Amino acid sequence: MGRSWDFQHDNDPKHKAIFHNLQELRHSASLANKVFIQRDYSEGTTCRFQTKFPSELDSRIERTLFEDTVKTLNNYYAEAEKIGGQSYLEGCLACTTAYIIFLCMETRYEKVLKKIGRYIQEQNEKIYAPRGLLITDPIERGMRVIEISIYEDRASSGSSSGSSSTSGTSAR
Amino acid sequence: MHLGLDEPVRECQYNQICTRNSSPMETLSHKKKRTPRRKWQIFPGRNRFYCNGRVMMARQTGVFYLTLVLIMVTSGLFFAFDCPFLASNLTPAIPVIGGVLFLFVLGMLLRASFSDPGVLPRATPDEAADLERQMDAANGSSGPGYRPPPRIREVVINGQTVKLKYCFTCKIFRPPRASHCSLCDNCVERFDHHCPWVGNCVGKRNYRFFYLFILSLSFLTIFIFAFVITHVILRSNRSGFLNALKDSPASVLEVVVCFFSVWSIVGLSGFHTYLISSNQTTNEDIKGSWSTKRAKNNYNPYSYGNVLTNCCAALCGPLHPSLIDRRGFIQPDTPQPLSHSNGSGLYPSTQNHTHMAAATPLLHSDPVMMGRAGPPPSGKTSLGGPCSSLAPSQPSLPSSMPGLGCAGDMLTLRDPDAHCHHHHFVSPEEMPSPLGPSSLVLPFAAHGGHLNPAQLYDPASQDSLHEDSVRGLVKLSSV
Repeated sequence: MGRSWDFQHDNDPKHKAIFHNLQELRHSASLANKVFIQRDYSEGTTCRFQTKFPSELDSRIERTLFEDTVKTLNNYYAEAEKIGGQSYLEGCLACTTAYIIFLCMETRYEKVLKKIGRYIQEQNEKIYAPRGLLITDPIERGMRVIEISIYEDRASSGSSSGSSSTSGTSAR
Repeated sequence: MHLGLDEPVRECQYNQICTRNSSPMETLSHKKKRTPRRKWQIFPGRNRFYCNGRVMMARQTGVFYLTLVLIMVTSGLFFAFDCPFLASNLTPAIPVIGGVLFLFVLGMLLRASFSDPGVLPRATPDEAADLERQMDAANGSSGPGYRPPPRIREVVINGQTVKLKYCFTCKIFRPPRASHCSLCDNCVERFDHHCPWVGNCVGKRNYRFFYLFILSLSFLTIFIFAFVITHVILRSNRSGFLNALKDSPASVLEVVVCFFSVWSIVGLSGFHTYLISSNQTTNEDIKGSWSTKRAKNNYNPYSYGNVLTNCCAALCGPLHPSLIDRRGFIQPDTPQPLSHSNGSGLYPSTQNHTHMAAATPLLHSDPVMMGRAGPPPSGKTSLGGPCSSLAPSQPSLPSSMPGLGCAGDMLTLRDPDAHCHHHHFVSPEEMPSPLGPSSLVLPFAAHGGHLNPAQLYDPASQDSLHEDSVRGLVKLSSV
């Protein structure tokens, strides 16, 4: 089943504001690196990401902000995968209707995934983009990693990227 | 300054890119007219997709059709020949219950066969490179004490040490309980087994359907068996045994099919009931992963402790969404950069119908990557080395459970390590090859927007160029 959250025809001014910010980011920056936050399996197979602060982000963002983001994401995933009254109800209802009910109703997991998408968007807009970082929703990476892209200000790194490009080309 | 803000977001992106490039507008509209392809069309595993990606099955589906035929023919004969007699002589509830059971069985079978079992998408080139770097670093450093080989990570779950293996085909460290199915060539989460009767792997997402299928099929088989016997007995009482058989010949066939099925199906249901109540997979049970024979203090770290919770968790737990997004659209721009000279290869942003949060579009280093089977033929990555020197894969475990219907199931637990090269070139590669590089080419619509292909990152040469290749990523420096 395809996912249903899509911003294709979104006229929300808030999203336009995001683009404003991101456009500015694009004009002045270039991708320098990507950091991958791996999964934390210490509590089993439930979805959790490691909260260890990667060294590449040391100079870009405060540790607490980063940890807050990851912890909130972990909480969202825990909420989605929680096994309790509501999930049992949903499961039994679905079973008795031979799962046909999911044609019209969204599963709880999908609802939480939408919330996560909005949260990441908001974080990017408010916190990460201004610092030249961008978080990719883990669902786009098969829930394996949280990918954080680091952008460098093109103006300042113009010469360095120029030189590394030549080395890159020659190495090929 | 920023154009198109009054238009919907997607259009906005296109226009933005367009005005900043020197590329002509025509190329863009040309692109728009081309039918966007869906991700299932370049899926690297050995699966078959039908109904435009809605249905996903394994490659060999012959046995699945046999299952379908057996069920439908037997039930059909039952409804046609036995039900009229039974309905008039006993009660009309019999065909009704039979009908409900039959529909439920069919529904569960189709659901188990057609849904994504929990396939893990393959790593994007960036991730693979990152992991490889980490493994190389671990390899190089020699510290005191025991250190597991770099291709294995150990994690402690609920007090038990679990080893996570690196999958050479998918280029990821497999999550706990995941396994690579060599028939489908995918890593599947909570891999149970590959069931040829169902024509698909049984994993996290479709285990409950599989279980409900075999459970309801046992009930259906017993139901039909019992009532066909009743039918024959009632008839024999009236007109003698041989006459009864002559009057309803189909009953003989039904009894034979049901008799042989009952043993296997009921046995299998019982086995899976045991597995569910102890929260194990077939895979783990066969290997004896949590058996006390292995180690005295071995226990299953995933079990919730009591049977009821385990059952509820398996059957009524949350239904995870599919991670492979097979009906999503491939970013049409992503593979372009090298084959088309215009800078509108700067994809990303635009494709909101792949449901990306507004922020992420900038980065679409895409699942399309998994379709990248053909990196430039210098394609022997550093993984090629260890790959060929790896120990031969584990033999398939024989299914030694007596009388089980799925005895023919392939408990394919082999790591296809030895085949990693092969897989690189198996997937349908219709995209221009540098999908790898393109993923790293950023979205950044450069001014002038010329992408120098030569500067794009070649994953194949990463072996010695990790630092450089990462730095040399976005060479939009043709400013």
